[in-house]
Amino acid sequence: MSLIRLDSICRRYEMGGETVHALRGVSISIERGEYVAIMGPSGSGKSTLMNIIGCLDTPSSGSYELNGNTVADMDDNDLADIRNREIGFVFQTFNLLSRSTALRNVELPLIYAGVDIDERREIALAALADVGLADRVEHRPNEMSGGQRQRVAVARALVNKPSLLLADEPTGNLDSKTGEEILALFKALHAKGNTLIVVTHEEEVARHARRIIRIRDGLVASDEVVT
Amino acid sequence: MNIGSEISEGLRISWEALRGNLMRSVLTTVGIVIGIVTVTLMATALEYLNTAFRDAISFLGTDVLYVDRNEWFIDNNNKFDRMQRREKITMAQVRAVEEGLSGVSGVAPSVMQGVEGLRYGDRSTGGVLMIGTNEQFIITGGASLASGRFMTKAEAAANRDLCIIGADIADKLFEKEEPLGKRITVADQRLEVIGIFEKRGSVLGGMSLDNQIVIPIQKMNRGFKWDPSCVIQIKVGDTARIPAVRDELRGLMRKIRRLPPGREDDFAINQSEALVSQFGKVSAIIAAAGFFITGLSLFVGGIGIMNIMFVSVAERTQEIGVRKAIGARNRTVLLQFLIEAAAICLLGGIIAIGITRGLVEVARVYLPKVAMSWSVVVLALTVAVGTGLISGFLPAWRAARMRPVDALRKD
Ligand SMILES: Nc1ncnc2c1ncn2[C@@H]1O[C@H](COP(=O)(O)OP(=O)(O)OP(=O)(O)O)[C@@H](O)[C@H]1O
Ligand SMILES: [Mg+2]
Repeated sequence: MSLIRLDSICRRYEMGGETVHALRGVSISIERGEYVAIMGPSGSGKSTLMNIIGCLDTPSSGSYELNGNTVADMDDNDLADIRNREIGFVFQTFNLLSRSTALRNVELPLIYAGVDIDERREIALAALADVGLADRVEHRPNEMSGGQRQRVAVARALVNKPSLLLADEPTGNLDSKTGEEILALFKALHAKGNTLIVVTHEEEVARHARRIIRIRDGLVASDEVVT
Repeated sequence: MNIGSEISEGLRISWEALRGNLMRSVLTTVGIVIGIVTVTLMATALEYLNTAFRDAISFLGTDVLYVDRNEWFIDNNNKFDRMQRREKITMAQVRAVEEGLSGVSGVAPSVMQGVEGLRYGDRSTGGVLMIGTNEQFIITGGASLASGRFMTKAEAAANRDLCIIGADIADKLFEKEEPLGKRITVADQRLEVIGIFEKRGSVLGGMSLDNQIVIPIQKMNRGFKWDPSCVIQIKVGDTARIPAVRDELRGLMRKIRRLPPGREDDFAINQSEALVSQFGKVSAIIAAAGFFITGLSLFVGGIGIMNIMFVSVAERTQEIGVRKAIGARNRTVLLQFLIEAAAICLLGGIIAIGITRGLVEVARVYLPKVAMSWSVVVLALTVAVGTGLISGFLPAWRAARMRPVDALRKD
């Protein structure tokens, strides 16, 4: 059974009487343990696709099965739980809570999962240590570099041991050196058996993946394995 | 996520938010503070009035019936005129009641007259209430003696030249001298002081209960040539028997005054309960007016909170998106903002209680018995939190219902 099965996914936006077709029938399957890059020009629908895969958005039509469960059948609470347990999201702009320390940020998914206070502290500290930030746990986002912030975001995404890590342009706001650090981290995660989907428009970044899906005008233009 | 950790998490987030916007939060609470100050002042004032009133009328005794020509409360002029034409209650009628009524603690007739010019030696005092009564008054009147003794049955019947005086009169006429056994002069009559009442204070800050002089009732009628209608005071002794005694008394009075069946009573049986219920009506009106004003200021305050919460939700849309993206349920987000609104209002409530405390301290200079009770504090905090929850609901609901993508996209 595939981890992700997308069948004829469409996503339309109504914009003042005009309909924007962001996705026009995307069908993809992704297996457990894959490392996939999604590429395409600006406005082609990459983020829209990622948001649907990450259960942040729902398709206008088509069906999406995650882990064998039909996402359309789920209510808001089920979706919140799926996002909490099954999916880790890494954003281009990090999206950390600015008033909270690195540790608090990483603890948050555990809080929502109902893990008790001692246990979640331990798990969150370990997750920060895994991304090389053991000595920055009490820092707030504005006291850290971009690379460090993105590593906090990765630690937060992974802290609940999700089946899927989604990253939408994770290196977009980083210089190439810190970008490399994040990609090295992804590589290590993949080696450990994690499933990763990364949106990027840099060939550099995409080459780290094992499979590249190219999107154009809301359709899959090509889907190839990197050799 | 269980409800306990949701609440502690919500408290923590709202604490961070409050601290982050301390000035704004404090300013937002102004409306609530005004509302809660009104609530607490209102409640404190009403509580004070109630106890002050009950203290004040306690001199009437809760189990004492007053048979009088007039009713204490007269709702129209016609009735007043009619009552003025009623036949007096005479001493003969008092005696008939004494004989006819069984199983009560005491029956005392009383007539009252304001007198000026009480003298002893070269000292004098005025504005005194003179009460003519008999030996039973010590039972019905609710006063006790500080020194000396009350008149005996024989003395009352023989209408002796004696008096029992209130504490203020004793102070004014005698200063350091011992009043017992001395003779004071009241309008040509010389009366021996045989007892002094315990100090009792005044009724609602007005009429002093210590500026009274009690003499045998016949002295009043004959000595002072003044013969008004009597009021018969009846101490029932057992609150449960009041209604029965009332009925018996009414039948007795009708018989004594020879009222044919069908004719309305030409006397009234008054009771302190009548005052209490009259006061209850007044305090209900005060409360209604007060709570209307309070409600209005809380409403305005609540609108302010709602407004600031909408701003807060808008400012933190991104944060809401992030929280939802990592697994916050709608309920969690709802609770987070509800708690934040409640916390702002709680802050306002605490500030308001502080202000009210200060005002009560000031009021204490004039009214020493005023105090803010714990129940008022609890009421104030409950109202504050309630206002927060109500006015925070719409913004919190909006936050809870946001779709994660839409919330995240906003910057
Ligand atoms: N909320 C929205 N309302 C209306 N149109 C939208 C909305 N979100 C996306 N679109 C449109 O859908 C299309 C796909 O957008 P999407 O963000 O998925 O592109 P993208 O491939 O991620 O582009 P980029 O590389 O610039 O991030 C675009 O034409 C965009 O204008
Ligand atoms: Mg995009």
